[in-house]
Amino acid sequence: MLMPATENEAAGIIRAHAESGTALHLAGSGTRSGFGNAPLAETRLSSRCLSGIAAYNPAEMVMTARAGTPISEIEAALAENGQSMAFEPPDHRGVMGTSGEPTIGGACATNASGPRRFTAGALRDHLLGVRFVNGHGEVVKAGGKVMKNVTGLDLVKLMTGSLGTLGLLTEVTFKVLPAPKNAVTIVLSGLEDEIAMRAMAAAMALSVEVSGAAHLPESVRGRFIDGRLPQGAATVLRLEGLEASVTVRGEKLSKAMGAFAPVQVLDAAATSRLWRQIADVHPYADGTERPLWRVSMAPSEAWKLVAGLRLSAGVDAFYDWQGGLVWMRMEDDPAADTLRQGIRALGGGHATLLRAPEAVRATIPAMEPLSAAVTLLSERVRAKFDPRGIFNPGLMTQGART
Amino acid sequence: MSEAIAFLEPRDAVLSRRREIIEDLSELVPAGRLVHEPTALVPFETDGFIAYRRRPLAVVLPETTEQVAAVMKYCHRYGIPVIPRGAGTSLSGGAIPQEDAVVLGLSAMTRILDIDYANRCAVVQAGVTNLAISEAVGADGYFYAPDPSSQLACTIGGNIAMNSGGAHCLKYGVTTNNLLGVKLVLVDGTIIDLGGKHLDATGYDLLGLVCGSEGQLGIVTEATVRLLAKPEGARPVLFGFDSAEAAGSCVADVIGAGIVPVAIEFMDKPAIEICEAFAKAGYPLDVEALLIVEVEGSEAEMEAMLASIVEIAKRHNVKTVRESQSPTEAALIWKGRKSAFGATGRIADYICMDGTVPLSQLAYVLKKTSEIIDRYGLRVANVFHAGDGNMHPLILYNINDPEDAAKAEAAGMEILKLCVDAGGCLTGEHGVGIEKRDLMRHQFSDVDLDQQMAVRSAFDADWILNPSKVFPLEGRS
Repeated sequence: MLMPATENEAAGIIRAHAESGTALHLAGSGTRSGFGNAPLAETRLSSRCLSGIAAYNPAEMVMTARAGTPISEIEAALAENGQSMAFEPPDHRGVMGTSGEPTIGGACATNASGPRRFTAGALRDHLLGVRFVNGHGEVVKAGGKVMKNVTGLDLVKLMTGSLGTLGLLTEVTFKVLPAPKNAVTIVLSGLEDEIAMRAMAAAMALSVEVSGAAHLPESVRGRFIDGRLPQGAATVLRLEGLEASVTVRGEKLSKAMGAFAPVQVLDAAATSRLWRQIADVHPYADGTERPLWRVSMAPSEAWKLVAGLRLSAGVDAFYDWQGGLVWMRMEDDPAADTLRQGIRALGGGHATLLRAPEAVRATIPAMEPLSAAVTLLSERVRAKFDPRGIFNPGLMTQGART
Repeated sequence: MSEAIAFLEPRDAVLSRRREIIEDLSELVPAGRLVHEPTALVPFETDGFIAYRRRPLAVVLPETTEQVAAVMKYCHRYGIPVIPRGAGTSLSGGAIPQEDAVVLGLSAMTRILDIDYANRCAVVQAGVTNLAISEAVGADGYFYAPDPSSQLACTIGGNIAMNSGGAHCLKYGVTTNNLLGVKLVLVDGTIIDLGGKHLDATGYDLLGLVCGSEGQLGIVTEATVRLLAKPEGARPVLFGFDSAEAAGSCVADVIGAGIVPVAIEFMDKPAIEICEAFAKAGYPLDVEALLIVEVEGSEAEMEAMLASIVEIAKRHNVKTVRESQSPTEAALIWKGRKSAFGATGRIADYICMDGTVPLSQLAYVLKKTSEIIDRYGLRVANVFHAGDGNMHPLILYNINDPEDAAKAEAAGMEILKLCVDAGGCLTGEHGVGIEKRDLMRHQFSDVDLDQQMAVRSAFDADWILNPSKVFPLEGRS
């Protein structure tokens, strides 16, 4: 494994590989390796040693950190100033069966975002600027270090979630926000999936700023916060903010939700643990390789997809509704075709296979296949960053070397 | 008229075929949707950046995505430049045409196609105005968040092209943060869908790339946008300070204290005077700087936030504190700010700059700005979104005096360079357009710019989409 200590050293390594046309597997610490298909590259180039917070001014709500900086180091620095990353980057170690320290660069390369997705945005919405090394071995800067910037093309968005196929991130600048002073979770018990979706939509239509909404069917409910959620399926709604305001909004929300189901309230400590576990897909961090899908689709249709799949496949699922996600663990076969056809029939979206036994993964594209026109366009874009196709070949487009 | 900004030489191969092109285009769009008579072309000669104008070859105003695709396919085949246009409110010349170009206007595509509360989104055609979306869903308690000052007129297609923002972006983000999907016509007429009602796209974030690309990557014909539930209440407070420094450090302390208001607007003394003379909003005339801080939420939440903010303002020797006691008072506080551009236009011609700076540099940049303006013997009024460091110096000049106009332009460019040198950017919400094109090398290195231009070429290899804009004319690959 190559672990350059400086951006220049990384650029030199990449230039040499570009000249010889030798592929590289770009990575951070590898805690999210398994996102996408297995890259067709022998040598791993890691940004792990490009580490450290380069600039942080709490009053400007902006931080600049080198790509290999551990998320934990960033969280600690922010906590000292009462701030946090509002995009709640999930820790994928449990569910992916990996070890090591998650890095900010890895989070950016995978657009790792949590259940505050709808109100606060995904990681891509918080990323203001990046530095990266492209496939020519050139150091490129994109975006800026201020909140608002529309100068030129937004290459920052393009780099986010590109899984190291466009360049090696070396430094990222992102927006940080005050950490909520208080938080509670309203728990509705015993709802069927379909009714739960309606309840969550009704909650979101209220002016109480629900910052997290998830439906945890009975099959997973017991695996959250040591089984402390009340009996039956749990539909959970999070409120955050100042002390007084959370109390007032909580009362209003509880009253409105009482029409759907019995309501209980979790305190700040339980709320913090619960949403951490929802973000980290805790129920399926079970040490197995059973196929795991991350599905993004119109939230209102998600229950229909799950209901349909249950008829033909062994599927367990829960809904991170505010994250816009359905997490599905298959008992046996990944049922890729059935799943992807189902999503198309319900208005579109995409399914990503995050985990499955090696032999199974080799036969199924991890990423949702794109239309012919979008595939062509994506390939043209990629060629502008990495004309020799040396970065993580095959990872986004299975089997393709260029 | 000022002529410091160069345009690309019109292509003879296109100009010489003018009549033929007009005839061909007339077959691609319905009757009445092709404009080519010289007098009828006048309104399309410029946009909100009125110092420059060029008469286009023709204007088409298609009614469907398929018609847009047919026009694109035709223009691509013959190498005819295409200038996409919404309502033409661009302040950076993003929609200014050129003599060999076809203006492709989306103003006839004004249908709201789908309002979907369960998924909190709406699907609209590109020519729908920004405000029309909020008006369509307002009665049901929803709104569309980005609120550029031109929201009454500007279209969602134009907002996407420029990644527009507004006063409330501090909390809700700009267009890119509120956009879920687009239908996009590529340069060769191919129609693609990016994103949809789901929250995040798979593959590359092409949606994020298209947003803010100033009409250079394709033509957006439909958009899926996020709808948000309206807050329970909103309340602006007006603060007057003895100095810009005091106002600036008050902003920093509010944010440092963990409070993120929904908007923080700043006005300097000249701006206060101009707006007060027009709007009679009751702004204090004895202060050097004014802040409008708006909070929202439940009564309890607003009370708590306002109490802390007032406390912080007092620590910075605030001279005036006016809390709005009624919706009428709240509207009046905003009226002054929202009419800033119009009110300034009553007293002089002006160019509105749009740089961003880190908050810690605000006071320094304001001071330097006034030095630059003094040096040119001009006047300036500053209004801006202080919460996110997005400055809008309005440089006053006489448009009929070429020397004055040249000075205003030169001063503006110096101010933008100052913003970049202070750690900021050339534009926070207006876009690069034609106005700031030649300053791009001040913010980006050749390598940075080459990478952007290469990506642009991946979408439009012949550079026929809005070709004079965004990137310096020299050094294009």
